[in-house]
Amino acid sequence: MMKNVIQNRDEFLNQIAYRLGRERLITPIERPQWKYRPQIDVLKNATQDELLAVLKEQCKKIHTSFCVTELKNLPSVLKDVVSIYGGGPIVTWKDERFSKWGLDMFLKEEWESYEWDPIKEEENIKIAEKANIGITISEITLAESGTVVQFTDKNKGRTVSFLPAAYIALIPKSSLVPRITQAAVKMREIYHTTGQVSSCINFITGPSNSADIELKLVVGVHGPVQAYYIVINDL
Amino acid sequence: MPMKIGSDEFKNRVDKGIRDSFMRSAVASAQDGIGQRRQAAADELGNWEEWRSHGEEIRQHVLAHLDYYLELLSENVARRGGHVFFAQTKEEANEYIREVALKKKAKKIVKSKSMVTEEIHLNAVLENAGCTVVETDLGEYILQVDDHEPPSHIIAPALHKNKEQVQEVFTKKLGYKKSSKPEELAWHAREMLREEYLTADIGITGCNFAVAETGSICLVTNEGNADLVTALPKTLITVMGMERIVPTFEEMDVLVSLLTRSAVGQKLTSYITVFTGPRAEMEADGPEDFHLVILDNGRSNILGGEFQSILQCIRCAACVNACPVYRHVGGHSYGSIYSGPIGAVLSPLLGGYDDYKELPYASTLCGACTEVCPVKIPLHQLLHKHREVIVEREGKAPISEKLAMKAFGIGAASPGLYKIGSKIAPTAMNPFTVGDKISSGPGPLKAWTEFREFPAPNKERFRDWFKNRAKVDHE
Repeated sequence: MMKNVIQNRDEFLNQIAYRLGRERLITPIERPQWKYRPQIDVLKNATQDELLAVLKEQCKKIHTSFCVTELKNLPSVLKDVVSIYGGGPIVTWKDERFSKWGLDMFLKEEWESYEWDPIKEEENIKIAEKANIGITISEITLAESGTVVQFTDKNKGRTVSFLPAAYIALIPKSSLVPRITQAAVKMREIYHTTGQVSSCINFITGPSNSADIELKLVVGVHGPVQAYYIVINDL
Repeated sequence: MPMKIGSDEFKNRVDKGIRDSFMRSAVASAQDGIGQRRQAAADELGNWEEWRSHGEEIRQHVLAHLDYYLELLSENVARRGGHVFFAQTKEEANEYIREVALKKKAKKIVKSKSMVTEEIHLNAVLENAGCTVVETDLGEYILQVDDHEPPSHIIAPALHKNKEQVQEVFTKKLGYKKSSKPEELAWHAREMLREEYLTADIGITGCNFAVAETGSICLVTNEGNADLVTALPKTLITVMGMERIVPTFEEMDVLVSLLTRSAVGQKLTSYITVFTGPRAEMEADGPEDFHLVILDNGRSNILGGEFQSILQCIRCAACVNACPVYRHVGGHSYGSIYSGPIGAVLSPLLGGYDDYKELPYASTLCGACTEVCPVKIPLHQLLHKHREVIVEREGKAPISEKLAMKAFGIGAASPGLYKIGSKIAPTAMNPFTVGDKISSGPGPLKAWTEFREFPAPNKERFRDWFKNRAKVDHE
């Protein structure tokens, strides 16, 4: 371990052990077998179609527009949604799925459109800040809460989802799981398999909002003002 | 004291709160609204008690093994290239953060809402070091613009202000020209703050939960401000109370679910951000440098003692929203950044009885707080425990109670005095009595009868009634 990266630890932890009336714990602790596990019963055994119905219903509560499309119609559906939000500039991740799903040409030809590019370094942030719409793909989608889960990497900047005024998430139907429980299990699996965890995992549930003034809900505070989920039925 | 707000006496603070009719109605409608949403979110699950029990067992396990989990967390943060500073006192924490700011030659710092940085008065330290500190949570921002007014609620810090007051503050301090509509006010704050995020040198956050197994930090917001604070400035500092830790992502799931449902009745809030260390190689956003400050500041003294369960708290404020006393006196009456039942238990423990001995008495011990707590902290029992400690060990019972008890002790110890006292009571109170009520009483009754009536002493003493009754029966 690098020197000085962790400071004052022993004194601090010794005090805790002393107050707990025992020696410092030095051997690893097994994760306990919990007595209760209510989280695994939520939407247990629900089919993908049932989860989709739950997601659709939840979108009404989180001020998020929602539609389902077949993959072949995705370009025209996306075009409509982008038009509803007033067109470009658009910013997306650098992700081969955009071209695989036939969106590449359309995005580039129709509107001013940028793809996150690690080579451009912080220029990316300026682009995202000026963009009207950010488009990303959900890796795991939580039906219960209506949440899109994203894993940051060099091609998938965090700010694509936060800086533009509107946010569109493309959701493969197969990414649907009952709730955050399954995402947490998956996140641990990835960590145990690769020894790594993404530098930032974002759980996004609709547009940003606040009720800090007289508890009246205002949609659109620091992040996007509008959000649209497009579920791709045959993926 | 660390989280103390204002220098007014408890009684004066309460008096001010009770006379603030806007605040009282705002608090009442907030309690009703959030309370109903919380109840609906709990009922929806169908087995809320099981969820609470799970939350409790996770928190109790973590507290019992806290040194282990903190060590694991620090190793994993360091492994990912972060710095970890263990601060036993607020001074140590503030000094470390000040040094980082000086080393980075920071001029501007953006913060997302954090109770723990309020607790250590971090902003003042950084401002003294020449930095501009900008709060980005809308409620906190309003209070900051209004000459650093303290928060009155854990999750809705500006609850006590109405929209016209916010408009006035924005007009005076920010040159705002639009109406008092919350949408327009919020939009103005968005525009002002966007520029601040983009030009800030350092971001500072609190911590909802740290994940020991991976060294991750989990932040829960609705506005998205924490995402921008953690994504844009080059340096990021997270300050966490040492107990805010879970073993793995799986326990994080349960506690986040309990937190969002209990705090605002949402299944999840709009943004839950789980970041680990600084940005990875080739990433264009996220901090280049990450510092985690783990704070004790009196918490370890609570461990191993009769108040340990208060450290199970996940700061959802469900107890605040259920408390009938908070409803009437408001957050500022507590004289601490931690208000409501959680504040009444925690403030004397972190700040001492000298400043906070009245707070455990600001409760009817009705137990509403205990009933709603998502991690089953027996709050009203802890309040009762505080009273025991204050009276028996600290000898700090409120003076009026001491005098009343002393007088009663003297009176009741002598049969003669007791007889005289109870006999003259109705006559002595005669000038103040109308019918069988006293509506404007003298001495200790004055404060009570300012707001409500007090029953007049019965004309017939129990002893006389009993004697007469026995006589009648005998006859």
